Amino acid sequence: MNIELRHIHKHFGKVHANDDIVLNIPSGTIQGILGENGAGKSTLMKVLSGFIQADGGDILLDGKSVVIKSPADAIRYGIGMLHQDPLDFPPMRLLDNFLLGRSGGLFPDRMTVAHDIHELAVQFDFSLDPEAYVDGLTVGERQQLEILRLLWLGARVLILDEPTTGISASQKDKLFATLRKLAAQGMTIIFVSHKLEDVEVLCHKVAVLTAGKLVGEASAPFNAKKLVEMMFGKEIPLGARHSPKPGAKVLQLHDLAVEDIRLHLANINLEVNAGEVIGVAGMEGSGQGTFIRACAGLMRPVNGHVLVNHHDLTGRSYHVFKRNGVSFMPASRMEEGLVQGLTLAEHFVLAEETQGVFIDGDKGRKLAEDRIKSFNIRGTPVSTVESLSGGNQQRALLALLRSPLSLILLEHPTRGLDIESTIYIWSKLKERCQQGTAILFISSDLEEILQYSDRVLVFFSGKVTLPLDVTSLTTAKLGELIGGMGWTKSTSGRAE
Amino acid sequence: MKKSTWINIGFQVGALVLALLITTLLLLAAGAPPFKAYESILSGAFGSSNDLASILISWSPLLLTTAGVLITFSAGLWNIGVEGQMVLGSIFATWMLRLLQDTNLPPALIIILGIVFGMIGGALWAALAGALKTFGGVNEIFGGLGLNFVATALTIYLVFGPWKRPGVGSMSGTQPFDQKLWLPTLSNTGLSLWALGASILVVIIIYFLLRGTYFGLRLKAVGKNIKAAFLLGIPTWQYSMFAFLLCGAFVGLAGAIQVTAVYHRLLPNISNGYGFLGLLVAMLINYQAIWVLPIAFFFAALNVGGIQLQIVYKMDSSFANVLQDLLVLFVLLGQGVRERFLRKA
Amino acid sequence: MDTILIGLAGVLAAAAPVLFAVIGETITERAGIINLSLNGTVILSAMGGFAVAYVTGNLLLGFLFGMLIGAFIAFIVAFGSITLHQSQVAVGFVLALAGRDLAYFLGVPYMNTPGPTLPTWSIPVLKDIPILGPLFFRLDIVTYLSYVVIILAWLWIFRTRSGLMLQGIGERPAAAFVRGANVNRLRYIYTVIGGAFVGLAGPAYTLNVKAGWMGTQTGLDGIGWIALAIVIFGGWNPLRAAFGAYLFSLLEWLGLVLQPSLPGIPSQVLQVAPFPLMILTLLLVNIGDAEWVQRWLASMPEGTRRVVAKILRAMRASPPAGLGVPFESE
Repeated sequence: MNIELRHIHKHFGKVHANDDIVLNIPSGTIQGILGENGAGKSTLMKVLSGFIQADGGDILLDGKSVVIKSPADAIRYGIGMLHQDPLDFPPMRLLDNFLLGRSGGLFPDRMTVAHDIHELAVQFDFSLDPEAYVDGLTVGERQQLEILRLLWLGARVLILDEPTTGISASQKDKLFATLRKLAAQGMTIIFVSHKLEDVEVLCHKVAVLTAGKLVGEASAPFNAKKLVEMMFGKEIPLGARHSPKPGAKVLQLHDLAVEDIRLHLANINLEVNAGEVIGVAGMEGSGQGTFIRACAGLMRPVNGHVLVNHHDLTGRSYHVFKRNGVSFMPASRMEEGLVQGLTLAEHFVLAEETQGVFIDGDKGRKLAEDRIKSFNIRGTPVSTVESLSGGNQQRALLALLRSPLSLILLEHPTRGLDIESTIYIWSKLKERCQQGTAILFISSDLEEILQYSDRVLVFFSGKVTLPLDVTSLTTAKLGELIGGMGWTKSTSGRAE
Repeated sequence: MKKSTWINIGFQVGALVLALLITTLLLLAAGAPPFKAYESILSGAFGSSNDLASILISWSPLLLTTAGVLITFSAGLWNIGVEGQMVLGSIFATWMLRLLQDTNLPPALIIILGIVFGMIGGALWAALAGALKTFGGVNEIFGGLGLNFVATALTIYLVFGPWKRPGVGSMSGTQPFDQKLWLPTLSNTGLSLWALGASILVVIIIYFLLRGTYFGLRLKAVGKNIKAAFLLGIPTWQYSMFAFLLCGAFVGLAGAIQVTAVYHRLLPNISNGYGFLGLLVAMLINYQAIWVLPIAFFFAALNVGGIQLQIVYKMDSSFANVLQDLLVLFVLLGQGVRERFLRKA
Repeated sequence: MDTILIGLAGVLAAAAPVLFAVIGETITERAGIINLSLNGTVILSAMGGFAVAYVTGNLLLGFLFGMLIGAFIAFIVAFGSITLHQSQVAVGFVLALAGRDLAYFLGVPYMNTPGPTLPTWSIPVLKDIPILGPLFFRLDIVTYLSYVVIILAWLWIFRTRSGLMLQGIGERPAAAFVRGANVNRLRYIYTVIGGAFVGLAGPAYTLNVKAGWMGTQTGLDGIGWIALAIVIFGGWNPLRAAFGAYLFSLLEWLGLVLQPSLPGIPSQVLQVAPFPLMILTLLLVNIGDAEWVQRWLASMPEGTRRVVAKILRAMRASPPAGLGVPFESE
């Protein structure tokens, strides 16, 4: 099926997530969609798959203009989407997962469906047991099931969102073989990814999105450097750097290994000095979140040691880390950082060591006023935090940090903020560095990483580089590493 | 006053009107003349000083259970186990009294020990529900419900078993305590000023605790966003457990008072629904501690007035409960309507 | 032997009300909604069903009225939570109290009057099977209905298309939505249907098991809460839940029977045995999720960790993952 996207626009409040996207995808093409986090890829795919409606523009399927009002609609038109976390039903059997939602009589013919699953699986060399439970499958196998299901429902377009995160190499090979086979049969495949190598190997064409706009297209064979340039933009002139004096070792990681549902990170070694800024780069889901939480004591490592100021705090809780001068600032401000319903003054009071039993209202108000002033927060001591804008919420979070601190861990400190707030927040953070506080921050913004870090760690698919001196990095090089290219034994200190 | 305050009041009054409307219909369905019935409730509640005393006797445990659950609500918990916690307060108080009643200790001391022990009993039972939740992941609603039933069974076991009256165990409870172990009451009204005073004091304590202390603020943070509270440095599971303990202690006090001041013995169903009623009052006042005293009084008055209804019109005394339940229901639903109404506006 | 069989048959009949409530709530919770009002619904439908049957002389009308009450109260729960976004627990809890109090209040005229009861109807042929006959097939039509309901519920939930969708909307509403389900509309429907079954429980008691309405002495207070516990015990599976319901009735009966031989222990003690059992079950079922367990798990060597994690996962009889969580389609 030919797909034409004509002048697609989508706004979320002030954010122009999709800005005049025009794209043609002929049948039988494997179309790659590249872009950073927040570039607009997911939004575009959600529009195409019926999850959300575009504000403007047209979608044409085989030349006919269509309106896709819901995911069910999309399926009816033959558009099927495979989500990064497949939307399946873990406690149920494969067979039931397959059946669910497919219209028909009251009593589904389970035998026929089991047979169908088997037939389809054989075609693509998958081994799936219809009677098995989905929660026992690996991510790769769940993907396989979902692909089969979409084919079974008659999909002629398959959208895959970051499909190669968390699957094994052999499963990836199988997936690619499947996709090539389907494309050869006339299926249109849209492959959304940040992994340059995968895109290079698999796709016929690539479209690159940045900040909501379609900035470029390319056809195979691809020039990786050019793709990186399109994704991450031009070189950024780095400002004057002052190299931090090697000071006390604030954080030491020895052979750290952490694990979550999808990834296993191992053999991480790192030493952070006072006043240093370590930038953690990589696409979301590459393991940085788990890593930084292990550094905070929010997650317990399965191996290795975490030392703060030479004290071994491995396995201790976050509150112990806090007592040792570590503070963690989460990315989701309202979900994990601030308490909805409480005022600014109440937050500041809670963050401090309190004296006495009764709340000293005046002291609290004065504290709030001081902080509001020094952090330039647009709000009053009695403003509830949910009434503040995003930028001001972030400033408030920053203002909650105690002084002095040995280490501040930040998850996406300036995500979704305007330039002014970003610059302001970094100026405050840099002040801390002057006082000897080390900073470790995760960011999807290459500019931010290059501008403020002294050294950089790049995460990709559960692997992490050795700390790289920022002066040795260019935007292009960083982009490559984030995309999974240019990793050698010396980069990660491990065999590939 | 601000417009939103007027809207708020409007919705509360609307809920009351709606509830009264429905209860009027119910009265008609039950064959009682509505206005005479309401009159009768009022006269039953305020007709004589004896009635006032009855209200105050009823007010006291309700104040304690309401104030207690305000603590657990503040921590974001549905402490449905309050009934059981009150019962355990009664059981522990009875236990201590039985233990010491034949000793030479001054009666006042025995009573005090009984009451303290009752508070411990309530706190322990609450801690059990808390531990099940914190360490076992058992939802406090089901843990609380289960423990309520166990507490009731325990009471019946004691009343018909080891603590039964000489002869045959009966539903009227254990052997009543000697008069010297009775909490002093006002002439023959049965009202204990000590109990009343203590209850009002507890409400005031809890008001200041929740509003004016760092503990209260931290508890509030835990209740509203436990993840953020943890990151702010608050020991969250300790605070949750402490909320259970504190609530259990106050509710246990109510149970102990029932034994020492009202019934002077342990009997089945000694908690008499005060636990659940406390939850209702707390929901009705939208967890604002300042309204506990008047609204609990209103509910207590309804209870007493309802008895009059039973006498005069042969209605079941649960009419008062029906009114109370419907009021809370309409306030709850009204909140939802108001939020949608305000969202559109 | 005969007396035992008769006694056990009585257990089956006495279990019918609990069964209806449990099956009804299993359906509602499978859809993702908690209807905490069961205790109130059962008592109110018991009174209402009896009243209607008494006044009209028609048993069927009584049962239907009971179902109507159940459906109506369930509708309020659904409305309060899905449309008005209020806490399901709060609304359900208030209704639990309101239903009970309403029943006591309105039921006064019908107290202690004899009313119609279900006739026994032994099923021809089946009734004469040795042992099984006197046990299962010499009861009344409503008890037979309860057998059928268990099986039908199981068949429906696990073997039909719409039953599959029921599981879907409770388990992962987002995934069900993607497959074309109008999640909230279905939740309304299934909550009301579940409520109708709960409403059947009341009349099944007052028109059969223990005929008549006796106010607070009717003996139904608490049965709704017990049913909620049995739903969890049953792992949201009608067959296992039925086992729980029969077990509960059996324990109650044993309490009565053994009473004379154990004078020290009142029957009520045996009656509450399900509760510690329920708490224990809940404990075992959820223990894998506790934070201290997770940390302890992480501290184990790799091999042990995998094994223990597997065991914990096997023990989980988790509720539908979307239970109690409101669904908003973005």
